[in-house]
Amino acid sequence: MSHHLVIADRLHFRYPDGTPALTGASFRIAHGESVGIVGANGAGKSTLLMHLNGTLLPDSGEVRIGEEPLTPDRIPDVRRRVGMIFQDPDDQLFMPTVRDDVAFGPLNMGLPPGEVEARVTAALRRTGIEELAARPPHRLSGGEKRRAAIASVLAMSPDVLVLDEPSAGLDPHGRRALIGLLREFTHTKIVATHDLDLVLDLCERTIVLDRGTVRADGKTREIFADEPLLASCRLEKPLSMQGHWGRS
Amino acid sequence: MSRIAGAIVHFGALDTLSASGTPLHRLDPRAKVVTTLAFAAAVASFGKYAVLPLLPFALFPVALASAGGVPFGLLGRRLLLALPFVVLVGALNPVLDRMPVSLGPFAVAGGWMSFTSILLRFVLTVSAALVLVAVTGFHEVCAALGRLGVPRPLVTQLLVLHRYLFVLLEEAGRMERARSLRTFGGRGRGLPASGAFLGTLLLRTWGRAERIHFSMLARGFDGVLRFERPLRFGAAAVLFTSGWIALFLAFRLVDVPRLLGSFLAAAAP
Amino acid sequence: MHMADALVSPAVGGTMWAATAGTTALACRRVRQGLDDRRVPLMGVLGSFVFAAQMVNFQVPGTGSSGHLGGALLLAILLGPHAAFVVVTSVLAIQALFFGDGGLLALGCNAFNIGFFPAFVAYPLVYRPLAGPGAGPGRRTAASLLAAATGLCLGAFGVVLETTASGITELPFRLFLGAMVPIHLAIAVVEGLATAAVVGFVLKVRPDVVEPGPAAPTPTSRLGAVFLAAALVLGGFVSWFASRQPDGLEWSIAKVTGRPATAEENAGRAATTLAGIGGGLATLVLVGGAGWALRRR
Repeated sequence: MSHHLVIADRLHFRYPDGTPALTGASFRIAHGESVGIVGANGAGKSTLLMHLNGTLLPDSGEVRIGEEPLTPDRIPDVRRRVGMIFQDPDDQLFMPTVRDDVAFGPLNMGLPPGEVEARVTAALRRTGIEELAARPPHRLSGGEKRRAAIASVLAMSPDVLVLDEPSAGLDPHGRRALIGLLREFTHTKIVATHDLDLVLDLCERTIVLDRGTVRADGKTREIFADEPLLASCRLEKPLSMQGHWGRS
Repeated sequence: MSRIAGAIVHFGALDTLSASGTPLHRLDPRAKVVTTLAFAAAVASFGKYAVLPLLPFALFPVALASAGGVPFGLLGRRLLLALPFVVLVGALNPVLDRMPVSLGPFAVAGGWMSFTSILLRFVLTVSAALVLVAVTGFHEVCAALGRLGVPRPLVTQLLVLHRYLFVLLEEAGRMERARSLRTFGGRGRGLPASGAFLGTLLLRTWGRAERIHFSMLARGFDGVLRFERPLRFGAAAVLFTSGWIALFLAFRLVDVPRLLGSFLAAAAP
Repeated sequence: MHMADALVSPAVGGTMWAATAGTTALACRRVRQGLDDRRVPLMGVLGSFVFAAQMVNFQVPGTGSSGHLGGALLLAILLGPHAAFVVVTSVLAIQALFFGDGGLLALGCNAFNIGFFPAFVAYPLVYRPLAGPGAGPGRRTAASLLAAATGLCLGAFGVVLETTASGITELPFRLFLGAMVPIHLAIAVVEGLATAAVVGFVLKVRPDVVEPGPAAPTPTSRLGAVFLAAALVLGGFVSWFASRQPDGLEWSIAKVTGRPATAEENAGRAATTLAGIGGGLATLVLVGGAGWALRRR
């Protein structure tokens, strides 16, 4: 299924105020892979993610979704195929109720009402929040908001799920439930986070981003065992790999 | 309690009420919006000395609040908080209008009558508005407004504003709390500090708008928020609207308390 | 200050509703024509921002009292007049529905007093000409103060006109105006300084927010026409009401003075009034009973 490839090829991007955010980041992610993108604050994680669905376009280099480059005319199609889950669910849940929000994407895709309804129901069921459908988003807990945000993206049937700090603001239980939920998806998953334990639980592969470029790309366990590498990128070994605090 | 905390609590209370599922809640929102507007117009249409003829109108908010499970305490607290301006404008009536009006064996200044009338109108109209939201839900009110011809950008605006009211109030509340921990005896509450405070809140808000926009784009946003509610103006809605408006007309034309009073007087020995 | 339903007559409320509906339709069309879909979330959250900002009190320099931002002028600076008007109207609608500030019938009056004057008069005719791009802090502050004063005084004038024309209060036009204008000038000082402080802060941190390039110039002729129409409408209904105004007064005079009543008549009148009061109590008992019965179901 090569058409589910996600490729970044020597991406360079500079914000209008001159701050360089990406300085030649490259990688290639195949269908069904689950990849963690880790890096300290300001390493360029969020900027990179925004390139993957054309929210930002690179100054040079290119993103390819499938085999073709992401050009402005392909943006609507790419946004359907690459589902983006934002860090703060409050930014993503902007409609009056959970149901309205989950229906937002399918409605914009111009699907017939019956199809929209079916997709909304399926997405709510998959994320286990059917009973919350009529609730306004501000009446949800942090974990419920996160699920609703995921449902709102799943309803568009994306090929690739991109998550920005999915465990931010969740309590341990909510975090555990989220990991369980994400494990069930066979989509290609790209998870950008500081939460290295989350990556350890969820992703077999890790890309380390440092000052806008890829510093390391390989098996998660191997990368997290490389303490000098982590330290030079202002990261720390996940708690569960620090023997003395080991979790069961 | 700070004003922000108070607003969050009140807002949450109305919101919770509006989510309950009484038959009144299920009625087509257009019926409730139109009827409430007719109510406000009917109450406002009385002359300035009207006190007694206004009393029957209390039936509307009382009946709706009761059928919709809205506690009177909630309405009462809000009425008290909103009262000052009306009192300010009406309070001079008794002083300015000393024209005596006979009230049984006594004579009172006409100003007292008109002041009482203002307070009564205030209680009636404000409680009707609060009850409308509590038994309808804001989203349904917006859906009704959209279907009644309010331009789409304004309806969208109301929905997005309402959605982020909690978020922004909580954000402002957190910042305010942090500020109050570091201000002493008014220092740090002056204009430059407040400009920075509000400016920071504004920039955070702006940043949030940008992120929301990104997340809208990520799901195929094309400039239109599609927000549809299947509304059906059924028999119940027709009955509700026409029944109440007929009653308002009757209350407007017939002075019910006076009628009742004369019946009572006739019945009394 | 918010007009309340309790102070508005249906004719005044209706007229101002019509004026606001027209302005809203025009403003919404302009917002849609802008074809800038960033505006949808931006206007929404800025509405919430204004709502929250109005609850943050700060100390007014040189006095012991405190004040808060109103926000209409700031919105006009950030969004331009049309979008600002829509946002202010939405804030007022929420305040009326959720918090009992203002009212449904008075919404038209409030949108006009609090939204129209700052957005369509004070901002384009006072603020923009004075504080063009690149104006220094002093100039900006002066422009904010003047614009806030213009907007708020016109708004206060609107409140007074609408209240007097409604004829529910006894406040004579001049006395009311005499009280309202100084109050609103004081509020304007707070509003102007706060607006300038916020704009100044934002300019330092993120200038692109406050100066989004040369905004599409609002055609002054069209604006003038709108303003003129508004003034005509206002003037029209004020004079109409002024001519009808004595009615209420005459009624009371006729009722109370009339001719000297005989003792018998007096007794009769007292009896009907007492009956009326009894009837009023009975009405309340019936209303309460209805509520109780509905609640028990």
